[in-house]
Amino acid sequence: MAAPLCTRGEVVAAVSATPAEREVRALVGAVLDPEIPVLTLADLGILRDVRADEDGHLVVTLTPTYSGCPAIDPIREDVECVIAAAGYVDIEVQTVLAPAWTTDWISDEAREKLRIYGIAPPDPTQAHAPCLLVQHAPRCPRCDSDDTRQISPFGSTPCQSQHVCNACLEPFDRFKSI
Amino acid sequence: MSDVAEYALRLGDDALVLSHRLAQWSASAPEIEEDIALTNIALDLLGQARRLLTIAGVREGQGRDEDDLAYLRPEREFRNLRIVELDNGDFADTIVRQLLFSTYQLSLYAELTASTDPDLAAVAGKAVKEVAYHRDHAVKWTLRLGDGTQKSHERSQAALERLWPYRHELFETDELTARLIDAGVAADPAVLRSTWDPFVAAVLDQATLTAPEDGARKPTGGRRGQHGEILGPMLAEMQWLHRSAPGVRW
Repeated sequence: MAAPLCTRGEVVAAVSATPAEREVRALVGAVLDPEIPVLTLADLGILRDVRADEDGHLVVTLTPTYSGCPAIDPIREDVECVIAAAGYVDIEVQTVLAPAWTTDWISDEAREKLRIYGIAPPDPTQAHAPCLLVQHAPRCPRCDSDDTRQISPFGSTPCQSQHVCNACLEPFDRFKSI
Repeated sequence: MSDVAEYALRLGDDALVLSHRLAQWSASAPEIEEDIALTNIALDLLGQARRLLTIAGVREGQGRDEDDLAYLRPEREFRNLRIVELDNGDFADTIVRQLLFSTYQLSLYAELTASTDPDLAAVAGKAVKEVAYHRDHAVKWTLRLGDGTQKSHERSQAALERLWPYRHELFETDELTARLIDAGVAADPAVLRSTWDPFVAAVLDQATLTAPEDGARKPTGGRRGQHGEILGPMLAEMQWLHRSAPGVRW
């Protein structure tokens, strides 16, 4: 069955240590997601690793949120641009799938950014289920009511579902737990 | 072609062909939420297909990439199951196919997360979470249509009659799968069927639908490149741009 998912702590523990790696990690981590431009790549937890070898060859490793997420291509281009602008020339951006990305890697700070932006943040996933399909009704990110209903589990991007608030009647999106 | 390449091609072709079928619902679904849902599912499947076809190309070692495999193979070289190539029919046909296929694909990917092939295991680990949503979508609609109005029930039952014979092919084995199961690479169809049968039976029961009696007709041959005539026109639509402007990019 599914291998245990990497926790956020383990991902952060993989942070590499040379000055170039630290600088590039900070630059890439600050790149904004093109679909939800209040979140950075670091907020989303999709920046997996930055490595530099002795010849200065840099490898940045990203992981996609969904297999077919079209945002991964513009993200790769943005990453290459910010690194090139900082004067690095020998760059390689890789994507890896395993361990599979989970919404549990979204930081607490990022969850609050999502809510303020108008997107309800994801619930924690269950440890032994592929994903959480029966989820609590999210709080309305506009009026904070918990009297909301789901319109559809599929939304404007692969990572979001559609909801409406019964109290203030506003529709809103939610980041799906995965 | 190596065994893993051929296996990845089979699974990749299932995802690619069904992705294209579901994308044909864009702007045609019964409501806008379903336009969005079916095309979201199509997008997940397309992402899975890209990864699987990439694996197939790399393992084959002939320098073919995902685009070469998707756009430059003729119909007889496609290895998809027959059920995914069928035309969309009405909404009930599409939903019943989604129920039968996503239930199979969810078990398949869940098993493959433990594959001894790390590339297949990585794709499966990602995809299993996506397909859980696909199956959930299909189950909810099957219940709503099957146990809905008289007309929605009749159409769902008719869809089930049409699609039910195609389920046998999901669980077929051949020499390739036997070798890969022994090596711990592939999922064992007998294991998949032991999950699929009771799950689908429970959904159909709750939806007040009746599984048809098995007849003599058991469509097969997809894994050997033998397809219904319906696949050719779909591939023509999917491939014409790439073939008429080789190497074209957005």
